[in-house]
Amino acid sequence: MGDILEVKDLSKRYDDFELKNISFNLPKGMIMGLIGENGAGKTTTIKAILDIIKDYKGNIKIFGLSNRKDDKRIKEDIGVVLDDMFFPEILTPTDINSVMKDTFKNWDSDLYFKYLNDFSLPKSKQVKTFSRGMRKKLEIAVAISHHPKLLILDEPTSGLDPIARNEVIDIFQDFIQNEECSILISSHITTDLEHIADYITFINKGEILLSKTKDELLDNYGIVKCTEKEFKNFDNKDYIRYKKNKYDYEVLVENKKEFNKIYKVSTIDKVTLEDLMVLMIKGVE
Amino acid sequence: MEIIISNSSGVPIYEQIKEQIKNKIISRELESGEMLPSIRSLAKDLRCSVITTKNAYEELVKEGYVVTIPAKGFYVAEINIDLAREEQLKKIENLLDTIVNIAKVNNISKDTISDMLDIFYEEDK
Repeated sequence: MGDILEVKDLSKRYDDFELKNISFNLPKGMIMGLIGENGAGKTTTIKAILDIIKDYKGNIKIFGLSNRKDDKRIKEDIGVVLDDMFFPEILTPTDINSVMKDTFKNWDSDLYFKYLNDFSLPKSKQVKTFSRGMRKKLEIAVAISHHPKLLILDEPTSGLDPIARNEVIDIFQDFIQNEECSILISSHITTDLEHIADYITFINKGEILLSKTKDELLDNYGIVKCTEKEFKNFDNKDYIRYKKNKYDYEVLVENKKEFNKIYKVSTIDKVTLEDLMVLMIKGVE
Repeated sequence: MEIIISNSSGVPIYEQIKEQIKNKIISRELESGEMLPSIRSLAKDLRCSVITTKNAYEELVKEGYVVTIPAKGFYVAEINIDLAREEQLKKIENLLDTIVNIAKVNNISKDTISDMLDIFYEEDK
């Protein structure tokens, strides 16, 4: 199975922030979740992939082609939702259809109106009357209606209520029914990714902390909850992070079964992506 | 086919899928030769990732319950009931091994264990 997206040694320097050697691959037919705090570098990474920021270093290939040299060919096959996306406020969804028909060779008006319908979006009201959630849904409908092979979505579910998030996630899973298609989603709403993502790439302070299959993370990683006395026994090679709370210690371990074989602790919980994020960022090495 | 996934049970999701399909095969609810849903449609309907359902199917293939026909899909294998029974016996053996270990460490006699076993069997009747 080939990779639809390859990011190698991506770096970008701003005055107050630096993206350092970001590398990851997204195979065909898979969904990758990009997680991290606000300001961790998720959006910068996405904008570099799309070649819409300047002066970044590194090699990025999409469909095996260079994201800079072949950007015209590539963009025909990518669907994008950015956090700060905009449609001119006076346009209606029907106007947008006309614009998009001229923009993309493969634009599918029927599919687009089907999504508008599924999302209960009015066809002929101006975008300025739309709520935040409606705008997001419109952006997603636009991103997906030219049959792209790669969807790149920056915080696509932020601002959506649980019902709408559910609808959107269904659409993402429909999208990858075609095994040639992949999705890169950045989100800090980790529960969405917990269900559907195949890979998780975790960015913190401009660096990748980990990039693994989600199953590897959720099935193996664990959080040990223990007393100070128990904690003092642990060799620091055997855990990743720890956090001292008022009443207990929380210790993040890479493999809960192996850890339990060595230490026989009383409480090891499975992790959620949220726990993982919090302990990786707030915990002590 | 019904598959019930618990997100809080602590058992990996691929394992839950695998065990439930396996049980349906052993109990003949799924018959040999029957086509299973594709990896992608199962993932969509169970709301899990593609890698998860792929792992479940791969394990089922490895254990001989499912066969894969390239470019076509996954089918229930012709299973040997003896083989399935063998596997269940193996599970019991492993559990018994744990029991005997605990008994030995704590000086609990074989008779006591055997009495307990009798009681459990009676309860079931």
